Amino acid sequence: MADAIISVRNLHKWYSGVHALKGVTLDFRRGEALGLVGDNGAGKSTLINILSGVHRADQGEIQVEGRPVSIATPRDAMDLGIETIYQYNSMVPTMSIARNLFIGREPTRFSVLGVGILDQKKMASESVRAIANVDLHLRSPDALVGELSGGQRQGVAIARAMHFKSKVMILDEPTNHLSVKETRKVIGFVRGLKEQGVTGVFISHNMHHVFECCDRVVAMARGEIVLDKRIEDTSIDEVHGVL
Amino acid sequence: MRQEKFEALERELKRLFKTYLEKPELAGLILLVLLIVLFQIRSHGVFLNQDNLRGILGILPEAGLVAIGVTILMISGEFDLSVGSVFALMPMTMAILMVHGAPFPLALLAGLLVCAVVGFVNGYITIRFAIPSFITTLGMLFMARSLTVVVSGGFPPLLPADLPTWLFTSFVGPGNMFRMSFLWFAGIAVLTSLMLSRTNFGNWIKATGGFLPAAASMGIPTARVKIVCFMLCSMLSGFAGMLQVLRLGSPLPSIGEGMELQAVASAVIGGASLAGGIGTVMGGIIGTTLIRVIDNGLVLSHVDANWFKFAIGFLTIFAVVANAWMRKRAKAIKMEG
Repeated sequence: MADAIISVRNLHKWYSGVHALKGVTLDFRRGEALGLVGDNGAGKSTLINILSGVHRADQGEIQVEGRPVSIATPRDAMDLGIETIYQYNSMVPTMSIARNLFIGREPTRFSVLGVGILDQKKMASESVRAIANVDLHLRSPDALVGELSGGQRQGVAIARAMHFKSKVMILDEPTNHLSVKETRKVIGFVRGLKEQGVTGVFISHNMHHVFECCDRVVAMARGEIVLDKRIEDTSIDEVHGVL
Repeated sequence: MRQEKFEALERELKRLFKTYLEKPELAGLILLVLLIVLFQIRSHGVFLNQDNLRGILGILPEAGLVAIGVTILMISGEFDLSVGSVFALMPMTMAILMVHGAPFPLALLAGLLVCAVVGFVNGYITIRFAIPSFITTLGMLFMARSLTVVVSGGFPPLLPADLPTWLFTSFVGPGNMFRMSFLWFAGIAVLTSLMLSRTNFGNWIKATGGFLPAAASMGIPTARVKIVCFMLCSMLSGFAGMLQVLRLGSPLPSIGEGMELQAVASAVIGGASLAGGIGTVMGGIIGTTLIRVIDNGLVLSHVDANWFKFAIGFLTIFAVVANAWMRKRAKAIKMEG
């Protein structure tokens, strides 16, 4: 498909004898917010882990913007513009917001073999801007992430993804354990991705959240895609029916 | 207008207070100052006189360098019990090589290389087989100690007379206050401290120890980061062992026994967290100094020296409890708006 930013073709994955992905073929379209739903063990996490470089597919092909790619590490995924925001493991609580924003991609003043002196001035000013850009109100980029609420942490993770100009943002259960107010904010944010030209992949158990902010819903069960429709062509009941 | 100014000042003070409470080495530093004052009074002013300070500063670098290595490794989320054995193995390697005619610089390089290999093995096995570093390095504690005794043939080799001891153990500075080893120690402390706080590698160490899944998912080569920390820890321990041997003049195969636990105590008193992610080089140094001060101060205050280990044990627990309490207090100070 011409407007696909990521295309996966016939993806297979086995985990010690379990066939977790059974030939998944899917296009993620540019600027689209795609809701990925399914029960635990349906294969959605496996699919996401392969796209974000945590696991490798045993078989199948991935194309990003029409070119076949190999995603071996999380770094490869990030370099391709695919940023994943996990519910729990995307922030280091013992480190400051500014440090967290740049983990693994720290600006350096000069470096030898990839190791160098941090450009702390740049980190401070850019983190203030990055946080302000996602409409987060935090007292200072030096505050420890461990002191933030779940929603604020999610906000910082989103700010990070925006700052590094990701093309595809995968949000893995971003509304879990959030207050109603914070959930609204995350949903509003996913809606706003389109205007920024970013493709959103929104994984959730909560069908209402998916229907509120996505253009298209893809349902998975037992390692296969069982439904792929535009939001306006389906209903929560229909999606529940196939799961 | 004045009211606003006052509020701004109050906010600034609150922020400062919070920042300092969050410093992991604060509890250790306060204890250190209190103890120095106490010993100074109890010893009727002998504690801080030049001769006594010279004695403390003369042996501080040896334990201090080991503590720096252990602290950094602990921040990366791992643990090394083999430092005491490496402390003996490194100078023994050097001594054997020099007895067989190797020049000092070559022997030094070879000794550090042996340490690097030990550190690499510690790290590689820990990560490759996903076992606790407590176990790996406990094994290495025995193996490295045994190797030291075996290569020494049970009898310490004689060191050549023309060693460049001036570069490591001579007294220098105003009033011959410091040994050269102290300058090495200070230099290494500054470098490692800057590495932790000012380089991207330091950021990776803290992230790896702070929360491994996040570090890995952000593309940090966590295995490599940890292995480098293991190697650094071993090399610092070996170097410290060499300093002690040059000071004593003989490579005894038994030096460094029990050092691993004192180094852990130093790191912990200095605020490093066993869980990883938290700690500073300065904290490790403060912890080491505290232990040396107690060792020395008890003697000067005519307290039975057998209380030494009791005091260290008590302090270790106390410092950790105090640190946890202060962190909680700091967290309770909300800075909104």
